Amino acid sequence: MATSDSSPVRLLYDVRVRAVLYQVVAVALVIGIGFYLFSTVSRKLADQNIATGFAYLSRPAGFVISQSFISYDSGDTYGRAILVGLLNTVWVSVFAVALSTVFGLAVGIARLSRNPLLSTLALLYVEALRNVPLLLYLFLWYALIVAVFPPVREAWQILPDVFLSNGGLIVPSLRWSPAHTGVLVAAVLGIVLACFIASAFRRKRVATGQSRMAWPYVLAALVVPVLLAMLVFQPDLVVNWPEKGRFRITGGVQVTPEFTALLVGLGLSASAGIAEIVRAGILSVGRGQWEAARSVGLHDRQTMRLVVLPQALRVIIPPLTSSYLSTFKNSSLAIAIGYPDLVMVSNTTMNQTGQAIEGIAIFMMVYLGMSITISMLMNWYNARVALVER
Amino acid sequence: MTDTAQLNTLASVPDERPVRPAQSWFALLKPYIGSPFNAVVTFACLWLIYRLITGAWGWLVTRAIVEGGPQTCKAAAGAGACWPFLAAKLRFMIFGFYPYDEHWRPALAVLLFLGAMIYSMIPRFWSRRLLWLWLAVVVTCGVLMYGGVFGLTVVNTTSWGGLPLSFMLSSVGLAFGFILGVLLALARSSKLPAIQVIAVVFIEMIRGVPLVSILFMASVMLPLFMPDGVTIDKLLRAQVAIIIFAGAYIAETVRGGLQAVPKGQHEAAASLGLGYWLSMRKIVLPQALKIVIPPLVNIFIGFFQDTTLVTIIGLLDFLDTVRSAMRDPVWQGIAVLEGYIFAALVYAVFSYGMGSYSRFIERRLKTDHSHGRH
Repeated sequence: MATSDSSPVRLLYDVRVRAVLYQVVAVALVIGIGFYLFSTVSRKLADQNIATGFAYLSRPAGFVISQSFISYDSGDTYGRAILVGLLNTVWVSVFAVALSTVFGLAVGIARLSRNPLLSTLALLYVEALRNVPLLLYLFLWYALIVAVFPPVREAWQILPDVFLSNGGLIVPSLRWSPAHTGVLVAAVLGIVLACFIASAFRRKRVATGQSRMAWPYVLAALVVPVLLAMLVFQPDLVVNWPEKGRFRITGGVQVTPEFTALLVGLGLSASAGIAEIVRAGILSVGRGQWEAARSVGLHDRQTMRLVVLPQALRVIIPPLTSSYLSTFKNSSLAIAIGYPDLVMVSNTTMNQTGQAIEGIAIFMMVYLGMSITISMLMNWYNARVALVER
Repeated sequence: MTDTAQLNTLASVPDERPVRPAQSWFALLKPYIGSPFNAVVTFACLWLIYRLITGAWGWLVTRAIVEGGPQTCKAAAGAGACWPFLAAKLRFMIFGFYPYDEHWRPALAVLLFLGAMIYSMIPRFWSRRLLWLWLAVVVTCGVLMYGGVFGLTVVNTTSWGGLPLSFMLSSVGLAFGFILGVLLALARSSKLPAIQVIAVVFIEMIRGVPLVSILFMASVMLPLFMPDGVTIDKLLRAQVAIIIFAGAYIAETVRGGLQAVPKGQHEAAASLGLGYWLSMRKIVLPQALKIVIPPLVNIFIGFFQDTTLVTIIGLLDFLDTVRSAMRDPVWQGIAVLEGYIFAALVYAVFSYGMGSYSRFIERRLKTDHSHGRH
């Protein structure tokens, strides 16, 4: 009840006045703390003669990065070095997410198997991975790789021109040129086109009930753009063969042990979580759905694909999103085993320039931006899946 | 007395439960070899289990080096586990660089801590008293670790390490993170837009970045935030980072619990004339927190494991002391896996124990609700 007389003291007991007051105090507090921190930090930085601002990004970095997908050498700028680190982060995250999804799906289904041996083994897998810290696994995989595989001088030649040692796996590579990029872009476009064609055919089938053969069109959409691009760009096939010298192997492309350890560690640890997510999702679909599907004559695989999975996905997608996001964020553990990801490159940069705040600000912003992007994408997909519900 | 009489009559009633028909051997084996595919799966699993057991047995027992020193283990070249390494380094791995003669102090602190933890895990003892118990335990542990009174020598936080440090980082982080988390959750579900926005921005910013980056920020930037002349301990910096990180995650969990409390409860509290804080404290929060106990235990497991990350900013937690033990010049390159496997077992025992507890609590809370409408 609002007060009838408006003396200042009584006003304080008005719920609406209090609401405004609380908010003003909270905002003032946040601004005050922010201002205090800003002034303290800038004064201290000035005292210690540390430069501020992002000008250092265009200065030469002067350090080497062991893995990069764009051309980089120590003469390039800090900005480019950080970009290389970011690409490495994305690269390992994408593979780890794929690996964790495949393994998680398989183990999650195995957990539900009617064969007690298989379901127990799957449970063992999940428990072993969930109850031990990821960082410990990273160290363990790395130590195993270094311990099990021979030193570079005695590298195993597992296939002609493929070498395996504790320095990593070395395979022949293609000398990359813009022409190759063109073909790659064409291939991606082809895949997108094929998806569109397939979904158009499916819509038509659902709408009219007539099914027409879709696969020739899909195949054409996959192949034709690539062939056209090859004709237009004419990429040359120069293979960079690895050669084994006395002390090291030159040429080829190298899958480093750091990358492998990080990939395996991230992928397996996340797969345990995904297995539980998948299991919970499938279990959430009522028994009646299975029985109903069977009674309309669907066999097991059709039941799974057409009845159970679409409903399970609704339960699976939200936690799956957070699993992917945490895989992406956990890739920052790379610094512990020396994989040159965003954090590690930024850390080197911070140590060299002394501009810690800018360095931390950059990688935090990048992670935040990517997290928001991924969760928005997954929310969009989730909304699409959820639309199935009436 | 009537009860006993009833029991007796019950006992005298002949057992008329249907007799289960004897199962044929085939029915028993059906889940294993019901179909050709299943049979293949069974044999593959059996083979895998056989390989796992024989491999582990061989490495741990038959091929293991039980007596000797670094040289004996080196000669075996990793064929089996090197037990002398564990024996020689066990105390260092558990207590780190804490002065050797004073190891009883962290050991006692850890025991006290574990005892208090097990005590407070039993639902029968849940009451306000627990709060005081924990206060006493924390103070005692702090005194034991740091010393300076009762004739205990002072041990600086720089020599703290190993398992006690891991326990401390995770439990203190969770305790303060819990307070922060509840406040943030209340702020985020508040009706005041400005407070809500502040909470949302804070929570999402923390949850959007990896723990490593927050640890970095704490270790590099916290000293810059402090007024002149105030230095802030490295351990404290990591602790602050963990509290902030835990707070954001706990906030989201608690918010889930707050949302699960029916609106009628808020309205009932309001109609009794309770203000916001009273209704939250007496009506809403107790119900919300009860719902989220199992996920909170899971968060605790996660943070116990995540404390390993402090090794990245140079703190000597359990994983780091294990690694230091393996890098000891005497043992370098000899026991490459033993340390990790030992550490993994320690973490697994605690995590698995907490996980089982979480499932137990979940079952118990479910049965508590079973006499409701559902």
